[in-house]
Amino acid sequence: MKKSSDMRTALGRVRGLGAAREGTGHFWAIRLTSIALVPLTFFVVGLLFALNGAGYAEMRSILGNPLVSMMLLATIGASLYHMWLGMQDILLDYAHGEASKYGLLILNTFFCIAIGAICAFSLLKIAFGV
Amino acid sequence: MVQLTLPKNSRVGNGRRFSAPAGASRVKTFKIYRYDPEGLENPRWDSYDVDVDACGPMLLDVLIHIKNNIDPTLTFRRSCREGVCGSCAMNIGGRNTLACTHGWEEVPGKEVTIAPLPSMPVVKDLVPDLTMFYAQYASIEPWLQTETPMPQKEWRQAPEDREKLDGLYECILCACCTTSCPSYWWNGEKYLGPATLLHAYRWLIDSRDEATGDRLDALEDPFKLYRCHTIMNCAQVCPKGLNPAKAIAEIKLMLAERMV
Ligand code: SF4
Ligand code: SF4
Ligand code: FES
Repeated sequence: MKKSSDMRTALGRVRGLGAAREGTGHFWAIRLTSIALVPLTFFVVGLLFALNGAGYAEMRSILGNPLVSMMLLATIGASLYHMWLGMQDILLDYAHGEASKYGLLILNTFFCIAIGAICAFSLLKIAFGV
Repeated sequence: MVQLTLPKNSRVGNGRRFSAPAGASRVKTFKIYRYDPEGLENPRWDSYDVDVDACGPMLLDVLIHIKNNIDPTLTFRRSCREGVCGSCAMNIGGRNTLACTHGWEEVPGKEVTIAPLPSMPVVKDLVPDLTMFYAQYASIEPWLQTETPMPQKEWRQAPEDREKLDGLYECILCACCTTSCPSYWWNGEKYLGPATLLHAYRWLIDSRDEATGDRLDALEDPFKLYRCHTIMNCAQVCPKGLNPAKAIAEIKLMLAERMV
């Protein structure tokens, strides 16, 4: 906690760099994506049941349906955004070293974007059937 | 990464045992954290077998009994002995509470552990160093702020608005909540903690205060405010029955209301 070389006053340490004036957008987005994910998750679970036993061609045509495709894209967008924000929160809680903190924050972002790109590309490829 | 083990010089060893006097009618063991800042030794657990029939009903009575009759070196803070000053906050049987309002009979088991409030540096025995806690409280500027010239008599407040301060003004700043909060354990330098945030809210909803926006500005921060994840430890331990978690949620709502 306190380094023995730290001769700042307690109030100076508490005030630190001041407030970032940020965090409310994060708070709001986490809640918004949670709300969106309730119906979206029902939809995905329902879809999985409906697809149970379907063959390749049938699977492709259902996934290529514009409504299904858009719902899945929305699910991926909402869940990855939610995951990105949530993971960031956890890292701020536990990752304290400079290297580990920034390293993990960067990895978290890259990971979410990569997963998102792969999923979105796959869905669009099925939808536009190239 | 977060530190999950105690540093080497803070590991607690076993200490001395003080047996009950002959002819004791009812004996309970109190295992108490001891740390002497002048020695070079690690902290230790000393065990006191106390004839509880010779003590008053509260844990503070037991501590005073030990200090007066068994071991005068035992150090702890207390003042009002009736739950008003907040000095005697400590960790009893694994739970933060006030020694003066917590009965020893309420603690289950034959052995009662008593330790200083968690996560704070220890000054001596059961006395934690609360410097940062008080600085955090000071940082939210806990006083009425106005620009309108002072009225002749008093700042007026409607009874309904006064009622909004109930459940907040009663806080005695004992630090039981703040030191029980995992978010505070991990980020105690940057997160303000439940007690300070409860007071921040107390000034935010005071209808007489004119600095609401500035106060919100000063709180809007991923660390100062948003480290609270509504774990609710704070509300569970508050010896005054207050709910800091709810006050913090209200601050977050105020900030959201300002934005959307
Ligand atoms: S509700 Fe918030 S302030 Fe209270 S213990 Fe949990 S994280 Fe800490
Ligand atoms: S809210 Fe309760 S536990 Fe926290 S400092 Fe105030 S009185 Fe103590
Ligand atoms: S001695 Fe004052 S609160 Fe316990």
